[in-house]
Amino acid sequence: MTSISQRSSGGRTVRLVALVAVALLMSYPLLWLVASSFKPEQLIFSEPGLIPSSFTWANYADGWTRVGIPFGAFMLNSAVICILSIVGNLFSCSLAAYAFARLQFPFSKIAFGLMLVTLMLPFHVTVLPQYIVFQNLGMVNTILPLVLPKFFAVDAFFIFLLVQFIRGVPRDLDQAAEMDGCNKYQIFFYIIFPICRPALVLVAIFTFLWTWNDFFSQLIYLSQVERYTAPLALNLFIDATSGESAWGMLFAMSVVTLLPLFILFVIFQKQIAEGIATTGLKG
Amino acid sequence: MSAIGLKDVRKSYGSVEVISSIDLDIEQGEFVVFVGPSGCGKSTLLRMIAGLEGIDGGTLSIDGVVANDIAPARRGIAMVFQSYALYPHMSVYENLAFSLRIAHVDKAEIDRRVRNAAAMLQLEPYLSRRPRALSGGQRQRVAIGRAIVREAKVFLFDEPLSNLDAALRVATRIEIAKLKERLPDTTMIYVTHDQVEAMTLADRIVVLNGGNVEQVGRPVELYESPANLFVAGFIGSPAMNFLPCRLEHQGERTLVQIDGAEQTAIAFGSGGRSGAEAGTLGVRPESLHIAEAGAALITGMVELVEHLGEVTILYVAAGLGQPVLAKLSKTQDFAKGDRVSLSAASTDLYAFDASGDALPRLG
Repeated sequence: MTSISQRSSGGRTVRLVALVAVALLMSYPLLWLVASSFKPEQLIFSEPGLIPSSFTWANYADGWTRVGIPFGAFMLNSAVICILSIVGNLFSCSLAAYAFARLQFPFSKIAFGLMLVTLMLPFHVTVLPQYIVFQNLGMVNTILPLVLPKFFAVDAFFIFLLVQFIRGVPRDLDQAAEMDGCNKYQIFFYIIFPICRPALVLVAIFTFLWTWNDFFSQLIYLSQVERYTAPLALNLFIDATSGESAWGMLFAMSVVTLLPLFILFVIFQKQIAEGIATTGLKG
Repeated sequence: MSAIGLKDVRKSYGSVEVISSIDLDIEQGEFVVFVGPSGCGKSTLLRMIAGLEGIDGGTLSIDGVVANDIAPARRGIAMVFQSYALYPHMSVYENLAFSLRIAHVDKAEIDRRVRNAAAMLQLEPYLSRRPRALSGGQRQRVAIGRAIVREAKVFLFDEPLSNLDAALRVATRIEIAKLKERLPDTTMIYVTHDQVEAMTLADRIVVLNGGNVEQVGRPVELYESPANLFVAGFIGSPAMNFLPCRLEHQGERTLVQIDGAEQTAIAFGSGGRSGAEAGTLGVRPESLHIAEAGAALITGMVELVEHLGEVTILYVAAGLGQPVLAKLSKTQDFAKGDRVSLSAASTDLYAFDASGDALPRLG
């Protein structure tokens, strides 16, 4: 007995050490970024170690106001876009998914197939036509091109995810609700939507992640500095400072930008894992 | 005026007819059980009454009003699903109150009705729990409670006990019987493939097979005078034994002759037919007893003996392909390989003509 438990605890130690080593290796660039944000500018590239020989808050203090507008304003811009995108995706994608999973309408199979095809369409193919459309609508240099589409269920991946989830919900529940007097919309709002919670958490988290980390489409549509998002503002540290990049401040503000993501993962760690693992409902 | 009337009701999926022309009247306050083998259309018929399935032909009337196109919720019908279909994200209280909330019943009235139903079903301690924190029997009671809260005129039960274990099934069956007593004016329609549930609960049983009604009657009626081979074979456990026989119609009477039987020919009413035809003689295992010398109906070798305590069941090979089953009192002792002669009182025999319909008894 003892030898078995000893061997297995020995095996556990080896596994733990290996996992920690790989985790450290993977997170090294991130750790370096954090460490460098606390180093004086001249030490960043001359001193490769993670532990700074001299420690300073200056990068944070200077970086916050460097662009002329407090960095918090850019964070707020990003947050507004994120929140609107999340709200849009949650409602539009789940409604579309409910229609595909539960309702019978003409050409529903073809429509579902078309939607899946858009999953395979590279983003870059649609950028130009989309830009022209929004330009004609007079929406360029507002957040509308970034936010409005989310209210029309354009994220096929989320719709697909939710369709699969709703298909796993027993139809008896719909029928019980029908017997209880619900119409199709009430079945959706009172029954299907709340039951989809684990999948919806996933949709919200990934929408946040992809929107917060988005750079390209924000760069295209936003041209006024006051409307810049956090990633666009970070870009200012590299090229807007007369040939001389402010690396320390860039790193400091990058860390600030990463904080919400970090907090999100800490809070929702369980739901993220659950959401990925949940395929249906039992009991 | 009947609570529910079906007239020439039909349903098909594509070219497959699942319900073919059913006529049935159910009185208010009646407990009717639809029973039949899997795929006989009993659940489909129930769902057509509920409004969850469309009706392709004929009329469904509820309280004398044609209800074919009335929405499920407006039919005054509540349904208990086989899977219970409890809303997993709502507490027991919310599950019970949901239909009333949708109907905009005022809060005090909802509360009164929910607490009333909870008291009736002993669910009071669980009102704040989610369905997943309940046992199977408790979930079942919540499902029934949802029907009670709606104060529906008609309750539909779709195999409500099939997900429970054997002991709980008996207990819940008794609960349902008590519930019926407390709600004497509520019409209940109950679907099952379990004939014990059907026999114990029903005022009337509707035996369905292949989308047709085979027979409608009180439980004892179906047992004592089955209308045809199917009902005879379906009601009763173990099932009735069938022996090939020859029917000779002689005026008012029909004589039944069995090959190799010593028992004298048995007479049934002929129903005015003449001539002769091949038929089937039916005898229930519990009607068979050891024959006196020279009066055997069936003779054969014991293949298998099942001792069930109070009774012993013999499987007798009598050269029919199927063994003949006999349910005997335990005082008689048999072993595999014994040769036995069995007979039954002529009043315990059933005769069926070539098309499977029962012949009437004489006198």
